[in-house]
Amino acid sequence: MSSNSGTSTPSATPGSPGVVSVRRGFLSGHGWGEVIGVAPFLIFAVLFLVVPTLYLAYGAFVGRDGQFTLQNIIDLGTPQIINSFWISIRVSAASAILGALIGLILALAIIRGRLPSGIRSAVMTFSGVASNFAGIPLAFAFLSTLGRLGLVTVILKTVFAFDIYRAGFNLLSFWGLTLTYCYFQIPLMVLIIAPAIDGLRKEWTEAAETLGATRFQFWRYVGLPILWPNLLGTLSLLFANAFGAIATAYALTGSSLNIVPILLYAQIRGDVLQNPGLGAALALGMILITAVANVIYLVIRTRAERWLK
Amino acid sequence: MKRSKTWAWVVFILGALYFIVPLLATVQFSLSIRRGTLSLDAYTNVIQSPQFQQTFSYSLIVGAAAIVVGLFIVVPAAYFVRLRAPQLRPVIEFVTLLPLIIPPIILVFGYIRMYNSSSILPLTNSALGTDILLTLAYVALALPYMYRAVDTGLRTIDVQTLTEAANILGANTVTILLRVIFPNIIVAVLSGAFLTLAIVIGEFTIASLLNRPAFGVYMQNVGANRAYEPAALAVISFVITWGAMGMIQLLARFAPKTAIRTD
Repeated sequence: MSSNSGTSTPSATPGSPGVVSVRRGFLSGHGWGEVIGVAPFLIFAVLFLVVPTLYLAYGAFVGRDGQFTLQNIIDLGTPQIINSFWISIRVSAASAILGALIGLILALAIIRGRLPSGIRSAVMTFSGVASNFAGIPLAFAFLSTLGRLGLVTVILKTVFAFDIYRAGFNLLSFWGLTLTYCYFQIPLMVLIIAPAIDGLRKEWTEAAETLGATRFQFWRYVGLPILWPNLLGTLSLLFANAFGAIATAYALTGSSLNIVPILLYAQIRGDVLQNPGLGAALALGMILITAVANVIYLVIRTRAERWLK
Repeated sequence: MKRSKTWAWVVFILGALYFIVPLLATVQFSLSIRRGTLSLDAYTNVIQSPQFQQTFSYSLIVGAAAIVVGLFIVVPAAYFVRLRAPQLRPVIEFVTLLPLIIPPIILVFGYIRMYNSSSILPLTNSALGTDILLTLAYVALALPYMYRAVDTGLRTIDVQTLTEAANILGANTVTILLRVIFPNIIVAVLSGAFLTLAIVIGEFTIASLLNRPAFGVYMQNVGANRAYEPAALAVISFVITWGAMGMIQLLARFAPKTAIRTD
């Protein structure tokens, strides 16, 4: 099969009867059919995924005068921007680590904890829903729960005489946002890690037990080393997932918690940084961070899949 | 091994509490608009408001348009990659991952810069142009899920034999795609469609930055101005997400017997 490097000329097809061209495509391997079939996909990808992102990245290196400059990148060094990157990284890392840990324990419980089988499928279904229940409604749900008038806040105050807000908790803060993000991070972890835990064969546990291993030794020398690549990979995926998210944080905190996507949102809306090039540089920073996290995930996933086959 | 059961139950119950309490709290909050008594007033307020109806149907229409456009892009590509151009598979799969790597806010920022009024293709100039841009943005968001659903569907049928049989009977490629391949993967296509709908129906970032009157933007507005109605909206959204996911589960039962969801 030779690769198709020709450019597509859509005007060539409509006239020609299909049978002949399809037949020839079958035999020779480079008919127009496949080029035209794949063309809309590739044109769409170029126009609405690749070029806008690259154009934005390019904009980060163009000054107000239209000349090449590194000034926009240097200008990222203001306390406001550094601070927003730092908060974003902390929230994403905390919610990824917490989500991964809790998700792992939850997945272990439903798969290896010998719970009734109905519970497993219920948890998996619920995880499918909850991992997609993000954005604005999730913020509303947590405001109703842990906001100043939220159910849990009120119950703790009236029944247990414990005011969590007086104790220093605030939903519109680092920990509040982290706790909220866990609502979609944990289910995502459960969904991704469950197949890997299924891959831990019963024979391995039995073999380890026959050789006299304790449960701790089994996990230390067999279980965790096998799950490790998957754990690390999923961790970086969860990080990227939280880093790019904005709607939940925006609905929850308005602009009081200055994470990078919210700063960028304000910049796009009203040029709060008073420099369009700086907005592009901010975007470039976000692209780099999410890209690195995702590349780590993809590389580790390919390696991990080798073990679980 | 009896021990293991106890810890598993403890973990399960703690997890269930974390996930169920916010839902209960939201339901309770949405019902307490009147002091001292439970009422559905927050729901009637929301559902009767003209903005709710307008934005919800607007988002439904854009979502449906994104599904149709997405299918026109994805089905032929997945079909030809599977049948005749397997060497393109790595490229196509990498592209389907891009929307997961590029955050929506970056995507829309790029669109605003590229398709603004002074560009070659000034889509943001008119309302219709911006609607088209929003639809295409949603196609991009849904691309990974759509491609996966369609590709999984294609894996469960014998594409090669079906194509050859149709060819011998004199069908051209368009006929094959529309009348042979598509009906055979309709279950997979529908589950991709429901997932797409669940993702775009409450989408906020892109719609807001393109200034379109979408459901997500409306929800954010209500959240900033009202107390109890947002909780009602959250419950409604959750029910919609459940509905979409439930439909996918239900559809899986109608899938061909060989259809094992491997990914």
